[in-house]
Amino acid sequence: MEKEMPLWEVFIRSRQGLDHKHVGSLHATDAQMAIENARDVYTRRQEGVSIWVVESKYITASDPADSDQLFEPAKDKAYRHPTFYHLPEGIKHI
Amino acid sequence: MNLYHYIVRLADNSHILGHRLAEWCGHGPFLEQDMAMTNIALDLIGQARSLYNLAAEVQNEGKTEDDIAFLRYEYEYQNFLLVEQPNGDFANTIVRQYFFSAYQLPYYKTLYENLQNKNDHHLTELRGILEKAIKEINYHLRWSGEWMIRLGNGTEESHQRMVNAVQNLYKYTGELFIADETDDTSLQSGFGVLLPEVKKDFDKSLFYIMERSGLTIPENETMQTGGKQGVHSEYLGYILAEMQYMQRAYPNSKW
Repeated sequence: MEKEMPLWEVFIRSRQGLDHKHVGSLHATDAQMAIENARDVYTRRQEGVSIWVVESKYITASDPADSDQLFEPAKDKAYRHPTFYHLPEGIKHI
Repeated sequence: MNLYHYIVRLADNSHILGHRLAEWCGHGPFLEQDMAMTNIALDLIGQARSLYNLAAEVQNEGKTEDDIAFLRYEYEYQNFLLVEQPNGDFANTIVRQYFFSAYQLPYYKTLYENLQNKNDHHLTELRGILEKAIKEINYHLRWSGEWMIRLGNGTEESHQRMVNAVQNLYKYTGELFIADETDDTSLQSGFGVLLPEVKKDFDKSLFYIMERSGLTIPENETMQTGGKQGVHSEYLGYILAEMQYMQRAYPNSKW
């Protein structure tokens, strides 16, 4: 089945103005079928107004074994959070 | 009383086909299509519920949608022979769905148009039900059409199964377009649908999809009729036996 019906990742936008979020995956022979299957599997309870699908093989993922070097170094750098900046009074729209 | 019959027939078709599709639940070829078929089943049963509700209102004898669905006998059901035919294989289910949706869409659309500016509140309510249903049917036609093309052009086996399904089911499409008393009275009442016009749209959809599917429409087929008059194939009795068992064994039971 994997050969004729590869895996697709599904992204749904729940409302206008929001971004598409990954919701899961499914099997389909091509993009058209993937969209229709996604409609039937992931939007039955009014979850969305727009669907994106992409074949899973086109997604490059980070290697879990690299987690140490990729993500650990950020751990002790709490000062990168914008909460540490004091905003001058009177500034709007931020 | 004719409006009652008219609405009940619309409901019966959706109801029985919905029941058939629901039989696929848990048996689909793969998860995604299992859900697609049960989704469509729920659309159809939803249509049937709204229509039975309205029919009960029109009848005004204090009955409910459940009375109409569960307490009528086989000969009182007016659905087409097409929708009661067994699921068979996936190809058979697809072809049955395409035939029905290709009929139901132009029929509902025309009826929706004809009901515009009618002052009767039952007819206004009917129009509201149709408006919702038309969106659903558009998808049913698209879904089954996609599969007609895929399976028709798929493997040798899928193609052969499609040929068999068309051969098996085409003979049940004749009665969809044969007007009877209920159809005639609805025309006289000023909202009825001209079946030869629906037939033109049906043929157009069918021709379009068959050509793309590498399939041919059977010629000189002897059409089977009877469903609209309550003369059903052997299958409807079994469907009703299963569907009505609870309500007849335990009258007025609720869950």
